[in-house]
Amino acid sequence: MNRENSITTLDKLAPGDFAVILSVTADEGMKRRLCDLGFCRGETVSCEMVSPLGDPHAYLIRGALIALRNSDARGISVE
Amino acid sequence: MKKPKNLSRGIEKEIRITLAGAPNVGKSTVFNALTGMRQHTGNWTGKTVESAKGHVVRDNTLFTVTDLPGTYSLASRSAEEEVAKKYIAENRTDVTVVVCDASGLERSLTLALQIIKLSPRCVIFLNLCDEAKRRGIFVDANVLSEKLGVHVVSGAARSRRGIEELIAACREAAESPLVMGEFSEESPEELIKRCGEICRAAVSGRKDEIPSRDRRLDRLFSGKAFAFPVMALLLAFVFWLTLKGANYPSEALWSLFVKIENLLKNALSSFRLSAGAVSFICDGVFRTTAWIVAVMLPPMAIFFPLFTLLEDFGYLPRVAFNLDRVCRACGGCGKQALCMCQGLGCNAVGVTGCRIIDSRRERLCAILTNSFIPCNGRFPALIALISVFFMGSSGSGIFPALIMTSLIALAVGVSFAASKILSATLLKGKPSSFALELPPYRTPKIAQVAVRSVFDRTVFVLGRAVAVAAPAGAVIWLLANIEIGGEPCLTAISSFLDPLGKIMGLDGAILLAFILGIPANEIILPLIIMIYTASGTLPSADDPTLLQKIFSENGWDVTKAVCTMVFFLFHSPCSTTLLTVKKETGSIKYTALSASLPVFAGFILCSAINLISKCAALIF
Repeated sequence: MNRENSITTLDKLAPGDFAVILSVTADEGMKRRLCDLGFCRGETVSCEMVSPLGDPHAYLIRGALIALRNSDARGISVE
Repeated sequence: MKKPKNLSRGIEKEIRITLAGAPNVGKSTVFNALTGMRQHTGNWTGKTVESAKGHVVRDNTLFTVTDLPGTYSLASRSAEEEVAKKYIAENRTDVTVVVCDASGLERSLTLALQIIKLSPRCVIFLNLCDEAKRRGIFVDANVLSEKLGVHVVSGAARSRRGIEELIAACREAAESPLVMGEFSEESPEELIKRCGEICRAAVSGRKDEIPSRDRRLDRLFSGKAFAFPVMALLLAFVFWLTLKGANYPSEALWSLFVKIENLLKNALSSFRLSAGAVSFICDGVFRTTAWIVAVMLPPMAIFFPLFTLLEDFGYLPRVAFNLDRVCRACGGCGKQALCMCQGLGCNAVGVTGCRIIDSRRERLCAILTNSFIPCNGRFPALIALISVFFMGSSGSGIFPALIMTSLIALAVGVSFAASKILSATLLKGKPSSFALELPPYRTPKIAQVAVRSVFDRTVFVLGRAVAVAAPAGAVIWLLANIEIGGEPCLTAISSFLDPLGKIMGLDGAILLAFILGIPANEIILPLIIMIYTASGTLPSADDPTLLQKIFSENGWDVTKAVCTMVFFLFHSPCSTTLLTVKKETGSIKYTALSASLPVFAGFILCSAINLISKCAALIF
């Protein structure tokens, strides 16, 4: 549950949190790939699990579980 | 494409079908169900990189089916997506079938909508309806068909449900394409929105969350507490089952081959061939091939089906998820850990498995370091050496098991170190961005997987054994039986290599055995024995008391045993692996590198161990 409703980046979400995507910052190819997977403006995403070593996180988007590295998730701003 | 000759009779028409779909929706299963071909499938994104072709005949019509690599969309980013896009756009097909996952329709629709735009003769196949039903998800095919403007067929390819309907729908689509309205150019976000709308209309019962069974399993496989112990246990179990289970079949096969060899000898002698020729064929070519098959086949026939079961179940992506951070610290990515696991079975298979890595730089890193991981072929020798030199006095299996584990840990450590060094020097670059899909857990059809995998594996091993072992056996026999200066070539060459061997804590015979054993790791230990005893034929090398005798006669001590075991871990990959590296990288330079890196590491490590041991002996 996002208590504060503030703007943050995807990597800051903890398991159980969900948010809406505001923007995606990445290089062209990765940005397209992320969008194809559903990581684009307006979509709801939730953090489901964290790797035992802390990175990557697994996110539930459009019914699929996708793992993204923190360095990439940092480029996705959410609310 | 030429029509198979025996099908030309009675064929009135040919319809070309192309299968497209997101990774991991069971596209290859659909392909297999349609064509009956055994294409390798797995619950893992990126398994199919090349396109496969097959055919099926119904009512005097020949349907040729092409299976494209799995893609999330046609916006080209990876090689797979380029292939798919090119194929569809260049009109090489009459009907495109988009395979979708009924429980994950939204993400499958992205590609479907793009393809419908490109080629209106489309049929949607809703696969995995059995899984969806189990999870309480229902897709209304009629609503979907109406919204998309194309035929929609529901089914479950792995039970062959819906396949006949699919073929009928393809025929209909090819013969009378539906006319649709023109979709205007839309942005990726709009496409995603439209997918969402269509799904909301057609799908019912979908709870937008992970089922609790999957959640519990994820906590087990990727949770902080259990992930690594479970991984270690599973790996140990697969290992144990492979080694234990392979013993009896190997012995049985060897006895069988010995009988065949005797029959062959008698038969050939009766043809009045010279004793030398008979020996060449039986003791040289046949025996070497027989040994390799007997030792290579059973472990692989067990290891790889087990691995495939884990793959189909959906566990393997979780391993990549768990280990990504470690791999990334060494310049690779999480998928490299998976290729290393495959390398435990066979390095050639491990190298091929590196295709799942998207970034070329990281793929090369994984390929070049795969041979550091010991394959099934090296284990019998390692076990034999451990049992001769390190058997615990109580006779229990604990001490040897510990040594084996340490050896594997050493191999993994060196492999990671090599990755790190490569990434800092030859393969410099920044870590790639990657997105890994963690598919839902699926119950594998155990019997089906086991049978198909054993069959595939058997064919592969036999083919390789004959191709590689027969010439190796010929060369070895020649070197053992042709004399130079009064002694067999083998002995002469091993004396020549002795000084180099001594530096590494080995000797010339061991080095020569490793060189001649490049075709297959399985013959290295028998070769060592063969050179020591100056016998003309390859002996069996599994009797510990016999081995002990031969080793002590040839100056073996613990240091030599350790150095030999370490060199078993770090020496040139076998010829099959080298050929596979060449095929996957397309470069002689990288193939040579994949050969020299482990040898270099082996040389340094063995020499170091030898030096330390000699110094310690002086001091104490």
